[in-house]
Amino acid sequence: MSLRMPQPDQAMIARRAEIATALAKIAGPEAVIADEDGRRTFETDGLNAYRAMPLVVVLPKTTDEVAAVLRYCHGEKIKVVARGAGTSLCGGALPLEDAVVVGVSRMNKVLEIDYDNRFARVETGITNLAISAAVGAEGFFYAPDPSSQLACTLAGNLAMNSGGAHCLKYGVTTNNVLGMKVVLMDGEILDIGGPHLDAEGYDLLGLMVGSEGQFGMITEATVRIIKAAEGARPMMIGFPSSEAAGQCVSAIIASGIIPVAIEFMDKPAIEVCESFAKAGYPMDADALLIVEVEGSEDEINDLLGRIARIAEPFAPTTVQISSGPAQSAKIWKGRKSAFGAIGRISDYYCMDGTIPLSQLPLVLRRISEICASHKLKVANIFHAGDGNLHPLILYEANDPDQAERAELAGAEILTLCVEVGGCLTGEHGVGIEKRDLMTTQFSRTDLMLQMRIKTVFDPDWLLNPGKVFPLDMLTRSGIPNAA
Amino acid sequence: MRAATSWELQSMLAPFVERQQPVEILGSGSKSRIGRPMQTAASISTASMHGIWMYEPTELVMSAHAGTPLAQVEAELAGHNQMLAFEPSDIGPACGGRRGTQTIGSVFATNSSGSRRITVGAARDHLLGIEAVSGRAELFRSGGRVMKNVTGVDLCRGLSGSWGTLAVLTEVTFKVLPAPEKTATLVYLGLPDDIGVELMCAAMRLPFEVSGTAHLPQSVAGRLETAVLAEQGQSITALRLENFEKSVDYRSNAMQAALKVYGDPIILGSTTSLEFWNELRRLSILPYDADTCLWRISTTPMKGPKVVAAIRRHMPTEVYYDWSGGLIWVEVAASADAGASDIRRAVAVHGGHATLIRADPAVRSSVEVFQPQSPLAERIVRGLKATFDPLRLLNPGRMYANL
Repeated sequence: MSLRMPQPDQAMIARRAEIATALAKIAGPEAVIADEDGRRTFETDGLNAYRAMPLVVVLPKTTDEVAAVLRYCHGEKIKVVARGAGTSLCGGALPLEDAVVVGVSRMNKVLEIDYDNRFARVETGITNLAISAAVGAEGFFYAPDPSSQLACTLAGNLAMNSGGAHCLKYGVTTNNVLGMKVVLMDGEILDIGGPHLDAEGYDLLGLMVGSEGQFGMITEATVRIIKAAEGARPMMIGFPSSEAAGQCVSAIIASGIIPVAIEFMDKPAIEVCESFAKAGYPMDADALLIVEVEGSEDEINDLLGRIARIAEPFAPTTVQISSGPAQSAKIWKGRKSAFGAIGRISDYYCMDGTIPLSQLPLVLRRISEICASHKLKVANIFHAGDGNLHPLILYEANDPDQAERAELAGAEILTLCVEVGGCLTGEHGVGIEKRDLMTTQFSRTDLMLQMRIKTVFDPDWLLNPGKVFPLDMLTRSGIPNAA
Repeated sequence: MRAATSWELQSMLAPFVERQQPVEILGSGSKSRIGRPMQTAASISTASMHGIWMYEPTELVMSAHAGTPLAQVEAELAGHNQMLAFEPSDIGPACGGRRGTQTIGSVFATNSSGSRRITVGAARDHLLGIEAVSGRAELFRSGGRVMKNVTGVDLCRGLSGSWGTLAVLTEVTFKVLPAPEKTATLVYLGLPDDIGVELMCAAMRLPFEVSGTAHLPQSVAGRLETAVLAEQGQSITALRLENFEKSVDYRSNAMQAALKVYGDPIILGSTTSLEFWNELRRLSILPYDADTCLWRISTTPMKGPKVVAAIRRHMPTEVYYDWSGGLIWVEVAASADAGASDIRRAVAVHGGHATLIRADPAVRSSVEVFQPQSPLAERIVRGLKATFDPLRLLNPGRMYANL
């Protein structure tokens, strides 16, 4: 594919053995991976069209080890790419040939759980789902639920400010973090916030979350845990058109109900997910909404009844309330494994723009036109409650022409999202994928300011280079070390 | 000076940038007595930049110019049965500022959140997009109008709570939520502070989305205007439920059963509930008084009573607890340092931070008003100030003496 990365420093690559030895002294030989086969495991992330073999991989066990590793790299001016589970869909964790990958996967302990004060303090190599699992016995959970939650780490969630299907009600990562321990590039350890609800001074937590590994490595975090509702149940509403489904979403929200999730699938997505999950999705519908509400049995029945009545004027082809836990699980399995299910029939390129809901009919029509003009098929899945679109552009990865057309179509779709008042990325991040589109959303002043803030945290620009900011802009910015 | 548009603000600021003269940044000025006193050449107010220019009830989003009165925003929302869920508190009057005049920009610039913060998040959690002018007199934007947006560095949160020391907000876009159909409050009487806080934390462990928890010791409860509560002559511990009527009724009963051990509560219906929680929002139980200083302490909820007990070993105080014990308003007698050293020591032992909200200008000049930071955090904060406002022109020294 076509995105340019910075030229690797051959002199640094030549120092591989020396660097591996130095890192082994800091974190122990078992923590360092320098052989070719070992490094290959880390050569890509969830955006697997792009690959690069890392210089060396190191997997420290403690914050102090991370600090020592970064201090060493800082002293030697070695670039660093932080890595969680490597599930980034935007190339956020893509290695560079002249950069050390520092992974947090061995730092996955729960350090403290406090139900009275409703927080958990964990090492950030823990997977998203493991946090909820650790507090589940007491009926608590950690709210953000990206679809990759079984594999992805909290470190990656923090770096990307991950969302998920249920953030309509509970917010995204930045709304659920109370404190963190950050290792800066020079090896200094910064403590921000804590178990109390609001951190002091400037909102450094807010700046760190979503900073895509540009500012520092978060090794420990205090997250909010929430008591789960007594129960939850989804319903499926099928519609003859995407427009009707979109209007129904607006009507539900206007009625004063905030469901925990409203998920949308178009016909191609319904077909693939149904054949995978056998969830009983309506095959005659052009668009499907999965709406989930929470509460006691009576409350759930009341809310789902209200929603069914709200949907009536939009001529639904199906209104089906989940019959019980087994069907609920199937309905969500179909949705949460949608990407995997589509992956079984075709390679796909997953987009992540967000749009104002009122623009939905226009945007869906334009997406099909854009993909048709590039002779590609598309399936649409998205978090309708918050307008976060995931068009999946289907293509054949082994065909360079198709791959390039998929990328072009993707860029056009994201530009469209910005034009209608939305943004390039709702939850996946910028990474390398949307780096060169940043100028469609931000002015030069906006980006200069963001780059200067990066400089405050990482004056030598050693952390996760080549991501987020357009490369040509770095060159022209005049910021020392940026280019 | 009052700027009516963002470009006018830019051109007003430009000569100050040229002459390197510092400027006080205000909305309505209701909170101007909070923070360290400043030496500035002039004041620039955003109060003339007013107007709601976008409101989409079905997308739960509103955009307003920064000087729009909060009251106007809330009236518009109420017309569509919606609200600012984080319930911004009106902190100005407690410091002698005018009641009910604050602007929507100042709400986000000070990250002001009320009782519902415990369930729905703070002001900063509801901010979706900003337009602002930096201390370089440059106009910039961040975020947008959609709920989910991770594009670029998050300056919406970055500027929340920076008290106009980094940039001047000129436009804010924020998330709104439906107003509840019914509100009920369970009020438990006569509990000491530690048991009251224990009750609030126990309530938060139930699956009923308690949306407000406050404990008022007897003397502070006596200041309430809500007669039915003031007349009790006892401490009150209040738990709020908001939802559709059917849910509130069900949850109220289920909560009483689950919390039986704490006694039988008085139940306030919607009208009295709104009256009571509005009093807390207005901080009218902590009225302006030149003879006392007011502190705001943020700590781990269950540690609230311990922090207060530690302070009381050194000085008499009047307190009230919000956020299930995690937010404590502490009133102490006026003194040369407003009790800063003892209060900060108590907070240091138990964790959290303390902000001096009300004190004489002389006191606010001599003690740290905002929580002192670690040298490393200070290095970052100094770097951020230099990024946004390299000449230190915007509200210089308001938060930290040398910034």
